[in-house]
Amino acid sequence: MTVRTAELLMAIMMGAFSIYLMVKSAELPIGWIEREGPGGGAWPFWLSAVMLFSCLGIGYNWFRRHGRIATSEKFYIEPHVLADVTAVTVALIVTVGLFSVIGIYGALPLFLIFYIRFLGKHTWRLTITLVIAIPVVIFYFFEITLKIILPKGITEPLFIPLYKMFF
Amino acid sequence: MVEILGLLGSGFAVVFEPQNLMLIIAGCALGLFIGAMPGLGSVNGVAILLPLTFLVPPTGAIIFLAAIYYGAMYGGAISSIMLGIPGASTAVATTFDGRPLAKQGLADKALTAAAVASFVGGTISIVLFTFFAPPLAHIALVFGAPEEFALMMLAFATFVGLGGDDIFKTLFSISIGLVLSAVGFDIISGEPRLVLWDITGFLHGINFLVLAIGVYGIGEMLWTVEEHSLGGGKSMLSDANVTVKRTLSNLRELVSTWKTTVMGSFLGYFVGILPAAGATPASLMAYGIAKQITKQPEKFGKGAVEGVCAPEAANNAASTGSMLPMLTLGIPGSPTTAILLGGMVIWGLEPGPRLFVDHSDFVWGLIASLYAANVFAVLINVAFIPVFIKILKTPFTILAPIIFILCLIGGYAPTQAMHDVWLMLVFGIVGYLMRKLDYPLAPAVLAIVLGPLAEPALRQSLIISDGSFAIFFNRVYAAPITIVAILLLCLPLFKMVYDRLRKGKAT
Repeated sequence: MTVRTAELLMAIMMGAFSIYLMVKSAELPIGWIEREGPGGGAWPFWLSAVMLFSCLGIGYNWFRRHGRIATSEKFYIEPHVLADVTAVTVALIVTVGLFSVIGIYGALPLFLIFYIRFLGKHTWRLTITLVIAIPVVIFYFFEITLKIILPKGITEPLFIPLYKMFF
Repeated sequence: MVEILGLLGSGFAVVFEPQNLMLIIAGCALGLFIGAMPGLGSVNGVAILLPLTFLVPPTGAIIFLAAIYYGAMYGGAISSIMLGIPGASTAVATTFDGRPLAKQGLADKALTAAAVASFVGGTISIVLFTFFAPPLAHIALVFGAPEEFALMMLAFATFVGLGGDDIFKTLFSISIGLVLSAVGFDIISGEPRLVLWDITGFLHGINFLVLAIGVYGIGEMLWTVEEHSLGGGKSMLSDANVTVKRTLSNLRELVSTWKTTVMGSFLGYFVGILPAAGATPASLMAYGIAKQITKQPEKFGKGAVEGVCAPEAANNAASTGSMLPMLTLGIPGSPTTAILLGGMVIWGLEPGPRLFVDHSDFVWGLIASLYAANVFAVLINVAFIPVFIKILKTPFTILAPIIFILCLIGGYAPTQAMHDVWLMLVFGIVGYLMRKLDYPLAPAVLAIVLGPLAEPALRQSLIISDGSFAIFFNRVYAAPITIVAILLLCLPLFKMVYDRLRKGKAT
């Protein structure tokens, strides 16, 4: 896909999102309410309208081929870069998906192994060291020091003895 | 004057509490590290690390974050000089002459010049800040809702008028930030509002950190992954021969560049105050002017020390300058200060002129901490240059997953809701895709922080005036601010008409 095509697609998607936001805002009054001032939906409604207007402006510039982006016929994402960016993005989505299933301490090591060993091509020794060290530091820093309990999923029972030790 | 010095003294008492002192040192070192990482700058550091500050009291937290901000401004120069890749956009101008110096084997000279110029820029701007802030805050005390809204309009108008980006994309960015800040509940009627796709997670609104970490953490890292895939990360690291003797001789040579450094400092400070301008244009402008006023302009671009001093003094001065409107008026001068401002709201501190009255210990503690951070940043910078160079050798494929993990946890920590982590991921990916199309994202972050303050200000103003927008034009302070804002909004239009007229004349 070229940058020029991407520019149009993004403007269309954002324009559609703006319309959705306008409709959603209009669930609350968007006009003037006597003795109360502007209705609760007015602020987001008119701002969404500005969003839509901006998208139309971007579309207009695209149509008359005005500006660097609207005229660029280069790749939006270079093919050989696309593989790397997609791999990292998918890995992040899978990791976050796994947070609620196998917990953060199950998902993070998998993410680290994937990134350090398979994307970074570092040695297993370095990978395993980091896979153990990083979650331990995270546990101590966030759960013990900051007392922010991170999602554990099915691994929750395993942490009860640990909590008993620290709290 | 005496009163200000007295308050500053009390601020130093706060700074010299052992915990705060440690936070400054840790913040400076972390900031230097983050700033030195190619692609990461103060805004990324502050966004990703803000959730870590929930442990300490608000004063300590903001001192820590301000130290990161400062450190990152120093650190940006390290990768600009050593790798030829700017640590952040604010250090782009530093590569112009810093990199040629490094290639000539004079990396230590460039690094010392950057550190000293940053220190001078920082110091001059903090002194200006100390004496400008209280009177400005005093004037702002009489501000009501119309003035507050007019000021926020002015902040957004500067992005449109001076931002230099596509006008429609800037407008879009501002509006989407403001709309996203309206998600959750209507503040006046208390009814649920904009619960997108009826997902209940939106009922608690969209935390500004979710957008900030998404855009500046995940989005920025995806951008960096791309740069590395293109070979941007494989640049050669220059060697720096750093010895005490050479450093001393470098310092002596720097005396001749004082004019450029002082010019950069003043310019940086005043440009930094403007919301849309900030450190990047300040450093580029300073570089341009330095080239104009130097006796040897032909050396610029080939390794002129002045070409390193001017932008480095300017970007540090601008970072302090951008804190002035944040603390006195509650309007952030840069994306980083927008995030700091959001943090202050989380800690229960209402930004704006009342801060100087109600939380004077906090404000003066912060101001004094800037002095301390400036000193520590230059000391840590000069002393640990070899260490930072070693750190720069850490492969990206090790640092990247660690930063991604910090982002994911940073998105979860404030509200402890998985909904926010997903949302952050969406913002990161969409932000990355939009950035590739030159959508400016800083206005959106500024808007999501200012949105919850701007909406009530507008609604209260309109209630006072019974629905008439004339209220923004018939009050002593609101009127000039509104008029300037409107002029700035129309600036691109004036420019277009002017260009057409000139073209017409030429033909």
